[in-house]
Amino acid sequence: MSPKHLLSINDLGRDWIEEILRLTESFAEVSARQIPKVPALRGKNIAWLFYEDSTRTRLSFETAAKRLSADTMNFSVSSSSVNKGESLRDTCLTISAMGVDAIVVRHKSAGVPWQIANWIDASVINAGDGWHQHPTQALLDSYTLTQKFGALDGRHIAIVGDIKHSRVARSNIEAFTALGAEVTVVAPQTLLPPSLEGWNCKVSHDLDAVLPTTDAVYLLRMQLERQKDALVPSLREYTSRYGLTDERLKRLGSEVVIMHPGPMNRGVEISQAAADDARSVVTQQVANGVSVRMAVLFLLLGHNPDEETIEETL
Amino acid sequence: MSSTNQTTLIRGGTVVDATGTRRADVLVGADGLIEAVGDENADLRGDRTIDAGDCVVSPGFVDLHTHLREPGKEEAETIETGSRGGALGGFTALVAMPNTTPPMDSVGVVRDVIELGKTALTDIIPSAAITVGRAGQELAPMAELAELGVRIFTDDGTGVQDDLLMKRALEYSVGMAPFTGGASVALAQHCEVNSLSAGTFMHEGEWSSRLGIPGQPSEAEDLMVMRDIAFARSTGARVHFQHLSTAGAVALVRAAKAEGLPVSAEATTHHFTLTDAACASFDTVFKVHPPLRADSDVAAVKAGLLDGTIDAIATDHAPHCAHDKEQPFDAAPPGMIGLETALALALTELDLPVEKLVGLMSWRPAEIAGIADTHGGPIAAGRPANITVFDPNETWTIDGASFASKSSNCPYEGHEVRGKVRHTIFGGETVVLDQEATR
Amino acid sequence: MAERERKMTRPFGGVFVARTSVMSADDIDRAIWRMAHEVIEHNHGVANVVVIGLQTGGVPLAERIADALSEITNDDVAFGTIDVALHRDDIGIRPIMPEEVTSIPGDLHNKVVVLVDDVLFTGRTIRAALDALTSFGRPRSVQLAVMIDRGHRELPIRPDYVGKNLPTRRDEVVDVTLDGVQLGEMHK
Repeated sequence: MSPKHLLSINDLGRDWIEEILRLTESFAEVSARQIPKVPALRGKNIAWLFYEDSTRTRLSFETAAKRLSADTMNFSVSSSSVNKGESLRDTCLTISAMGVDAIVVRHKSAGVPWQIANWIDASVINAGDGWHQHPTQALLDSYTLTQKFGALDGRHIAIVGDIKHSRVARSNIEAFTALGAEVTVVAPQTLLPPSLEGWNCKVSHDLDAVLPTTDAVYLLRMQLERQKDALVPSLREYTSRYGLTDERLKRLGSEVVIMHPGPMNRGVEISQAAADDARSVVTQQVANGVSVRMAVLFLLLGHNPDEETIEETL
Repeated sequence: MSSTNQTTLIRGGTVVDATGTRRADVLVGADGLIEAVGDENADLRGDRTIDAGDCVVSPGFVDLHTHLREPGKEEAETIETGSRGGALGGFTALVAMPNTTPPMDSVGVVRDVIELGKTALTDIIPSAAITVGRAGQELAPMAELAELGVRIFTDDGTGVQDDLLMKRALEYSVGMAPFTGGASVALAQHCEVNSLSAGTFMHEGEWSSRLGIPGQPSEAEDLMVMRDIAFARSTGARVHFQHLSTAGAVALVRAAKAEGLPVSAEATTHHFTLTDAACASFDTVFKVHPPLRADSDVAAVKAGLLDGTIDAIATDHAPHCAHDKEQPFDAAPPGMIGLETALALALTELDLPVEKLVGLMSWRPAEIAGIADTHGGPIAAGRPANITVFDPNETWTIDGASFASKSSNCPYEGHEVRGKVRHTIFGGETVVLDQEATR
Repeated sequence: MAERERKMTRPFGGVFVARTSVMSADDIDRAIWRMAHEVIEHNHGVANVVVIGLQTGGVPLAERIADALSEITNDDVAFGTIDVALHRDDIGIRPIMPEEVTSIPGDLHNKVVVLVDDVLFTGRTIRAALDALTSFGRPRSVQLAVMIDRGHRELPIRPDYVGKNLPTRRDEVVDVTLDGVQLGEMHK
């Protein structure tokens, strides 16, 4: 049976990650059609519950759902009962009572998708929880890399920047290593999590030492407020040590892939030229996001007959 | 203290108190005092007899750290329901923490709590805040409060951050004897340095890193323990460390005691039974302050209980309504209930002889709370009849919903444990009989 | 998805046990050539004809028919594949996954599409295929070629070109490859 929820990459394991990447091929084909819409999820109702602003991720999910003919509803947190003091659980029970098949949730607090999955019957898809997980981002990044490299076994990927506060880093490390790649995280000590026990990745403070051996450089968004928190002395120093500058870009191999989850801080973690370089796959990442999310929605919602129903229709 | 007009014979148990262990029956008089203690040959008889076969008969337990939520949050707990849970857990005295609404920082509020406690199923021993409003700005009227009976001052829920203010509070506390009839008072510290703990929701380490939850480093506790030990040394005031959770803090207290400083410490049941790994479920029942720590910290707390570095087992019973806990992990209030599970967890998890364990739950905390005259004393004729009768070998499965507490935020749901309170005698009254509260 | 694959997919499982051989490899070859001739006859040639095989059982047959058409007429006949899983009406009732690529050669506007599948049974797969085709344009006509028509239709769909009509029981399974056609049962 396919999974009911998509909460974290580790829940999926290599087999389901590969199954989703395989399914993504089919949905990429659908997306390329003249009329990129299939009736696969007709009658399914999906609710967006975004407690954190994310136009990009929400639009990507919304496009995916519409291409699958699902109905969608947006629970707009800013103008809703949440502002009237309603608890998270009551909000979820309310949405659930309207009859939804899936809730796609983004929240600033780690673990919220797990809590919701315990409270309601619908499928829960984690669209980002705090610093914790962002599984669909990791899946679309994995898909983008497999498009370029085929299997990721033995490939070396450097994830550079604010690992500590990054759900993208946590999910991507899990996904890339599950698919057989080797991951090195590159950051000043203050932007690494306090412990890397069980992380299955290497650590470096020296981007220049890592770059010559990488097949892909994954740059994380550098939040401007980290400077205020004394995590880095200045953005200028951060850029000079950990940014993909024009100078580093010149030394980068011709086949090395440049990735970024967006939105980019041009001139901070990535230079203007690096962002627009031919080796950058930033726009492919966005395009693949829709296909991957179609695959995820279909896997969770289109493919879950219970055993009894199957017997009846045989 | 209440009494009955009947005498009660506790028959067939093994008496364990600070004087040792012996087979004895205990006759509780109608006046609320122990009338006689003797073996089978003494042939004691009471108006009624309660069975203590296979049980330990010990001085009633004393919890140095209970949140009773009254006044202010009666939906989560009241003095009555909390004391009923306490009695079922074998406690005959609960030290009520001052973080109520309004806080217990003035004579008026403390007097209310004392008044409400008069009909409770245990003694309710009020603590009071060190600073007004527990805000860490100015001292609460310590002498007035001491005169009212307060022996423990604490801003629990938060530590006193300001170094100078804390030092002044300790200095001031040294001169309380005229207002207490000669007894000393202790300042109990919730050790968390705010600049390290603000915005954190669990222990900082392997699990916080993996779960992406901002973590509180052990130093948040260690630093304040270190500071207050220095103040205990310079002021000579009594400092009590609440809910020690880190290996570093245990080591600091051990060294301070070796030096002969007037410090004492407690550990909660959850800090010697649970680790930060529990937070991986994102179940907010595991959110608590100080946070559940790593395996090595749990081992250090256990070692501290074993070697006497830690004087008392406390519950930090912190009831919360379900709807308050049903929030994101970072937004949910910290705390877990513990009155009805403390004995069983200590018996199950600690490799301690029962005499030592009873000391950690009874006479040692009674001394720290300044109530040794009524609680924790030897089971002997003429002493107040505050007695716990428990079967150390009965196994049972924890079910938070079955507890007398109004809240059920118990982190041990479904755990199989050993040791159950059978009867509790409070001031001569059998408040728990055969594992049921009598009122 | 072809009947063969669908029956093999989890959680249906089981092993196909053949009872009777219905067509040999030579029979299939002859049927392909006959159907190719019928397509040419019916459409007065192969102008605008596109042969599309249903993934996965119809694809090898469609490829052979397209090759035969090209060989007979000396014209290049376009060939494509389609996976109809996402258009099925039994999503959520059966475990359905898109299995293989859909590859349509260009816009289907005004084309004559010959859909090819191995077995025609309830007609639901063909309905899904007709639905899927609309995403690629508006063909002038759609015709259906199947190697085996085994009856038991549940929708008003009939084939234009048939390799062999084969009366079956509902619980029987027809297994079609280019090596032959077998009739048998699934054994769990």
